[in-house]
Amino acid sequence: MIPVAFDYKKASSVQDALAALAAGGEDAKLMGGGQSLLPVLRLRLNAPSVVVDCSSIPEIKGIKDEGGKIVIGAGTTHHAVMNDPAVKSSLKVLADATASVADPQIRHRGTLGGALAHSDPRADQPPVALALDAEFTIAGATGQRTVAAADFFQGPFETAVGPDEILVSVAFPKLDGWGGHYEKFNRAAQAWSIVGVAATVRMEGGKIAEARIGLTNVGGTPHRASAVEQALVGASSIAEIEAASMHASDGLSPFADEDADVEYRLHLARVLTARSVAKAAGIS
Amino acid sequence: MTDVVDTGTALGRPIKRKEDARLLHGQTNWTDNIQLPGTVHMAILRSPFAHAKITHLDVSGALAMPNVVAAFGAAELGDLNSSVPCVWPVTDDMVAPDFPALAKDTVHHVGDCVAVVLATDAVSAVDALEAMSVDYEPLQAVVNMESAISPGSTLVHEDKGTNTCYVYNLGGGYDEKVKEADVVVKRRFINQRLIPAFMEPRSVVAAPMGMSDEITMWTSTQIPHILRLLIALVTGIPENNLRVIAPDVGGGFGGKLQIYREEILVAQLARKLGRPVKWTETRSEDMVATHHGRDQIQDIEIAAKSDGTLVGLKVDLKANMGAYLQIITPGVPLLGMFMYPGIYKMDAYDFQCTGVFTNTTPTDAYRGAGRPESTYAIERIMDELAAELGMEPMELRRKNWIKHEEFPYTTIAGLTYDTGNYELATARALELFDYEGLRTEQKSRRDSGDRVQLGIGISTFTEMCGLAPSRTLGALKYVAGGWEHCTVRVLPTGKVEVITGTSPHGQGHETAWSQIASSILGIPVEDIEVVHSDTGRAPYGMDTYGSRSLAVGGQAIKAASERLVDKARVIAAHQLECSPEDLDYVNGVFQVKGDPEKAQPLGAVAFEAFTAHNLPDGVEPTLSAEATIDPQDFSYPHGTHLAAMEVDTETGKVTLRKYVCVDDVGVQVNPMIVEGQVHGGVAQGIAQALYEGASYDEDGQPQNANLSTYLIPSAPDLPSFITDTTCTPSTTNPLGTKGVGEAGAIASTPAIMNGIVDAIRHLGVNDVLMPATPMTVWKTIQAAKGGK
Repeated sequence: MIPVAFDYKKASSVQDALAALAAGGEDAKLMGGGQSLLPVLRLRLNAPSVVVDCSSIPEIKGIKDEGGKIVIGAGTTHHAVMNDPAVKSSLKVLADATASVADPQIRHRGTLGGALAHSDPRADQPPVALALDAEFTIAGATGQRTVAAADFFQGPFETAVGPDEILVSVAFPKLDGWGGHYEKFNRAAQAWSIVGVAATVRMEGGKIAEARIGLTNVGGTPHRASAVEQALVGASSIAEIEAASMHASDGLSPFADEDADVEYRLHLARVLTARSVAKAAGIS
Repeated sequence: MTDVVDTGTALGRPIKRKEDARLLHGQTNWTDNIQLPGTVHMAILRSPFAHAKITHLDVSGALAMPNVVAAFGAAELGDLNSSVPCVWPVTDDMVAPDFPALAKDTVHHVGDCVAVVLATDAVSAVDALEAMSVDYEPLQAVVNMESAISPGSTLVHEDKGTNTCYVYNLGGGYDEKVKEADVVVKRRFINQRLIPAFMEPRSVVAAPMGMSDEITMWTSTQIPHILRLLIALVTGIPENNLRVIAPDVGGGFGGKLQIYREEILVAQLARKLGRPVKWTETRSEDMVATHHGRDQIQDIEIAAKSDGTLVGLKVDLKANMGAYLQIITPGVPLLGMFMYPGIYKMDAYDFQCTGVFTNTTPTDAYRGAGRPESTYAIERIMDELAAELGMEPMELRRKNWIKHEEFPYTTIAGLTYDTGNYELATARALELFDYEGLRTEQKSRRDSGDRVQLGIGISTFTEMCGLAPSRTLGALKYVAGGWEHCTVRVLPTGKVEVITGTSPHGQGHETAWSQIASSILGIPVEDIEVVHSDTGRAPYGMDTYGSRSLAVGGQAIKAASERLVDKARVIAAHQLECSPEDLDYVNGVFQVKGDPEKAQPLGAVAFEAFTAHNLPDGVEPTLSAEATIDPQDFSYPHGTHLAAMEVDTETGKVTLRKYVCVDDVGVQVNPMIVEGQVHGGVAQGIAQALYEGASYDEDGQPQNANLSTYLIPSAPDLPSFITDTTCTPSTTNPLGTKGVGEAGAIASTPAIMNGIVDAIRHLGVNDVLMPATPMTVWKTIQAAKGGK
């Protein structure tokens, strides 16, 4: 478990990190909390020429309430995200999903931006970002640009962040008064999700008025269950939620692994979507 | 509780473990912490193929890398390429392939050792591996046991002409007896392959010790004494020149009851290079190169009368040896052989085991070694028989188990169980569990068609431990005895050393052994040091495995302590000018009967024995005594374990809601340690049922050889266990102890699986494969619904 030798550069600012990336060429690699990258290096599955450590860049840390949205610096730890009062009250589903990530040690080091930019198909926060229409701010040599969540996740371990760019922050529109729930289904407390469903709903008169649903580990990228969202409008009972959730597997072509074959994964997508929505809506 | 036994002052107290402070703080010498000047670090090139010819190997590229001192393939290693020993040839015609430390021309499993490189630092050694040149010609691999023993199968070892290692038979007469049965139930159970996954990876350091010819080895092992003997035998290092030390060892579970090829390599290379050599495995290596456990196909058949009375049992076992035989690989299934009848009376028992070679990591002992497999099979099939007969599963057990007044009882497998009280442990467990209440809830959930169904899993297990009577081992063709040794000595300052041949790796021997000695010597536990796991300090021992250390080693401590008091009494009587019979021995002080003012504490006696100025004639100086004890028989812990299992029929997810176990481990030296062992064992058995299972694809590639996919449960995955004990002292040893190291792991697996099947039996399910993952359970329910 000894990585191939690499150079190490601790960046003190976004500009500093971008310069280090540029100098390092195509084998340079950014590191947030290191919780995904270091195991990969130790297993010698990747051998970057230089690791640019972003864990000490003040400008990408912290959570800001900007009125209609909450902006979270990419370098903010999971622990900080899940315990932030604004996140807990306005983005409950993000707080829930973040609290389900791995274990306390990892949540104290790992970062939201690192996890999103790593884009592991099994990760718990990408479906939240997708469902909530988060906006990603990315910095490059020519300045900053913003990318919508729908365009951010491009494939397994592939995002809109270019090799010479760095994710700076993620803005989540506030959903005050919405119910939220993250339904994580895994084999053991510290295991990856077999399927996970982020659901957030706005209720009106006991009925679902609006719903946003994202699924993880049902394909190479997180999945927005738009058909379910539409079908849920007006639902007020478990039966109606379950009927709407049958659309959760629409258009999916998941992969098979030891935990779930295709048939079982599609089944879980439907069942867990119904459960997640019911809990978010407070309907039992 | 029956037969309450007075255990003396220190015995039976739940005192905190002396060793925990240093273990928990890591302030100790784990093998990998040992840093000797001039050390070279070894790294190993391992086969990425399950079966392949090595068509080309050139290690010279590694020699050109920075800081590299040497590199070896089998050709370069030559005569130093010793073979890994197997000490249990279970049959006269057992097939035993050569198992060289470095593969010679063919690799036989993923992780097989091909070459080594040694460098002055560990990083350089690992980097240099990539500079070696090796070509393989992949061969077809055989992974599935039934394919392996089919005619025309690919052979794991071409030169052996067969993949059958051995066929072992016991019993006979079942086929005749079965004619008297009204009901016969057959099942095929799969006891899947497990990886020991101890916390501290294996690590070994060997060093020539300067002026002498001695080689000292520090190694993370359960068996320093046996290892010294076998390393000496296979390497040719004279045994008297080899010292083996197992420093604090971070878990073993049987996985460190082994002589590993890496240990042989490190010893040989330290000798060849004349400098210390060190190797510590990575977790990735551990998952493919540490021996695995279990991996049996169990075809089992049970016959009974319509009233539930058992008639007989027939077991046809296929046991996966893996690619090679290690220290007791072939014997592990036979340790289970005696235990298939469990706690039940019956008239016939036939057993057959076929050992099978495959292109997989070798198997060997893993917590319970053979007994978890047999206990699983009998406890699972008892539930199946109960279902077939329409009987309450506990009633079926009650009808057939050995009643407490029938002990000692010789089972159909030929063992004599000395003591036990299954009625008592069961009654207590049922009460703690609220068995009737849960049965009522189960019925109501079933009636209402609840999405979450409830099942109750029963395991009324026993096991044999305390390995072992030497003559019995001889009859089984095991090439060693099962005795244990202890020396007790009182130093001139009054401090006591208990030198044991057992070798703890987390169990708490230092505390428990001190308690035994303290209870006899009357010396406080704090003043007793337990010396262990160093062949340079301890006389021969037989080490720690098979829940033997207390049941065998504990007796040696008791006997040696008593002999020491006997010797001290003679010296004290001489000093106090009375006869030995006139002395009482109270709390470490000899007192003249009727005149307690005339007294001499043990420490003073020790000082007199040290100066030897005034000893009685014929008494030798120094105060020490020793004992070597061969157990008269095994001991048989037992217990009743109950699990309440919830099955989400919609997702297949299983939740362990409640776990109750009442264990009878005989007399307890330290109940806190007993409880800890039960907790850990139960968790490990649950892990087999729900989480763990090492799998290979058809090419022999491991599918989950890392801790991300080979799931080991952690605390959040398990409920608080409710534990209690009963005590029927063993009569096979004077302390009345049994053993507890493996009991939990043996008992819990069938309890969990019986609970799962019980929860969904009404859906048409009569077995669920382990590990019972959500997908496995869901698919099983789907198949049953489809009317398979």
